[in-house]
Amino acid sequence: MTAVVAVRGLRAYYQTSQFGVERDVRAVDDVSLDVQPDEIYGLAGESSCGKSTLIKTIAGAIRPPLKVRGGSVVFNFAGRSLNLYESGPEALAAIRWKHLSYVMQGSMGVLNPVRRIRHSFVDFAWRHIAQPRAEFEAIVVAHLGRVHLGPEVLDAYPHELSGGMRQRVAIALATVCKPELIIADEPTTALDVIVQKGVLGMIREVQRELKSSLIFVTHDMAVHANLCDRLGVMYAGRLIEEGATQELFSRPRHPYTTHLIASLPRIGRTSTVKPLVGAPPNLADPPPGCRFHPRCPLAMAVCKEQTPALVDVAPGHRVACFAVNPIAVVTAA
Amino acid sequence: MSTPLLQVSHVVRTYAKGGVFGQSARAVDDVSFDVAADGPEILAIIGESGSGKTTLARMILGTVRASAGSIRFKDLDLADVRSRRQRLAFMRQVQPIFQNPFEAFNPLKRLDRYLFMTARHFADARSDEAAQAGADTALRQVGLSLAEVKGRFPHELSGGQLQRVAIARALIAAPALLVADEPVSMVDASLRTAIVELFRTLRDELGVSIVYITHDLATAWSISDRVVIMRRGVVVESGPARSTLDHPQHPYSIELKSAVLSPDALSPL
Repeated sequence: MTAVVAVRGLRAYYQTSQFGVERDVRAVDDVSLDVQPDEIYGLAGESSCGKSTLIKTIAGAIRPPLKVRGGSVVFNFAGRSLNLYESGPEALAAIRWKHLSYVMQGSMGVLNPVRRIRHSFVDFAWRHIAQPRAEFEAIVVAHLGRVHLGPEVLDAYPHELSGGMRQRVAIALATVCKPELIIADEPTTALDVIVQKGVLGMIREVQRELKSSLIFVTHDMAVHANLCDRLGVMYAGRLIEEGATQELFSRPRHPYTTHLIASLPRIGRTSTVKPLVGAPPNLADPPPGCRFHPRCPLAMAVCKEQTPALVDVAPGHRVACFAVNPIAVVTAA
Repeated sequence: MSTPLLQVSHVVRTYAKGGVFGQSARAVDDVSFDVAADGPEILAIIGESGSGKTTLARMILGTVRASAGSIRFKDLDLADVRSRRQRLAFMRQVQPIFQNPFEAFNPLKRLDRYLFMTARHFADARSDEAAQAGADTALRQVGLSLAEVKGRFPHELSGGQLQRVAIARALIAAPALLVADEPVSMVDASLRTAIVELFRTLRDELGVSIVYITHDLATAWSISDRVVIMRRGVVVESGPARSTLDHPQHPYSIELKSAVLSPDALSPL
């Protein structure tokens, strides 16, 4: 099976210049991952670990000071392969929204506040659907039905809808062209628990129906547990563990993942978990070797000197840690 | 029965909606509860967005006046607080912690200045040394120290550290009551537990009562003694935290509990 998107050795840095001193903030450093057709790939990690930069780079939404320094992003849409950073902007414009779409955290930022919802749909999708107005509207109304919204929504302004409805409009907008790949960046973080559950259910339903692939980013591990097929965990700009969600939750290998899962608040849990010491590293000056070693309970001498590679520990389960995986020490040496 | 520390009785707050007929919306509608004086406790107020939690918090802090009903702190009716002297005396005892630490602090102001100002105003620190000692003691109570914070700007600390500084600032005055409005919703899930645990430590070691406003049932379950569940300005259910959240009775509380995503369920939605 060909991956819908194959990311290899991707590096994306923010170039900053303070008082004439050039510095790189290494937000994404050597990340490789594949997303298969018809799967939900979750991306987890704390704030400022590079999740959002990674998906921006995958979506080709790069603006200075963010720069891609190496690696490749290859899409496979409808039997055609496209290397994002070797093709020109025209090629990217042609795949955007038709094959690759994006659901953002703040739905207010996507919908034009002074135009009716209908206008947003025309703006985003008409050119890709390429049908006369009446047929286009029929397609849109049918699609709104998928997210349980009626046709009257098209006549509303964004401020007239509730937060949950707006987020559903944003999801409908991102999926109306039936793209192969949908990227969702914290789409439910701003919603409260009851609405969040509804919207997540909706995302799952639409994904099953369209058989699209979905990259779902959130720091909330409980959402990942309930939604994603596979999960990648990021720490300080690197992918440190990846595996099937169930496997990852039942048997996390990397000490950071273990901590992330153990520290989740649960109803009915009385025991307390010791927080990690220290804070996530400054990405302008990350620690050498494994970036987690200053906070890691299992840190060894080798962790300070060498960077562990992401290697298989079980079928489909990759971990970048020397303590878990002594073979990695040999390969790195 | 002694006077409660905080007594909220039949409080209503209406906001004018505008329009020709001058309609008004009731953000908080006839809410009553107490925080007991005998022994510190953590009272959680739970509800979704728009349930009036924040309005209630502002009324307890005295920044918003109640439209009807009364809020009494010890023997003081908040409606009687008029002069600056009264206001400062009240603020010594009741301190806030806000949702977003990045918004609570001015980005252009060094963090230690907030701590020193609070020490001068509320902890009777007359000299720089006294202010520094007060700030350092408070920071140590939250697991930081003045050396780590001194001269730093808000952007130099992580969200979790910044929220600890906000808590330390509130503690300088040695208050009897903390009002924490969604203190962990802007903080990463892995740090959330640490901050919530800190509240428990403050209650047990410093004897501070805390009104903990949240929409997160799991943390409310783990630290609070009692809960009040609100919906659209009305209290729908209240009682001891564990038994209420384990066996919710009101349909809304049941819905709220079932919407919590459990990391253990691994049940596809």
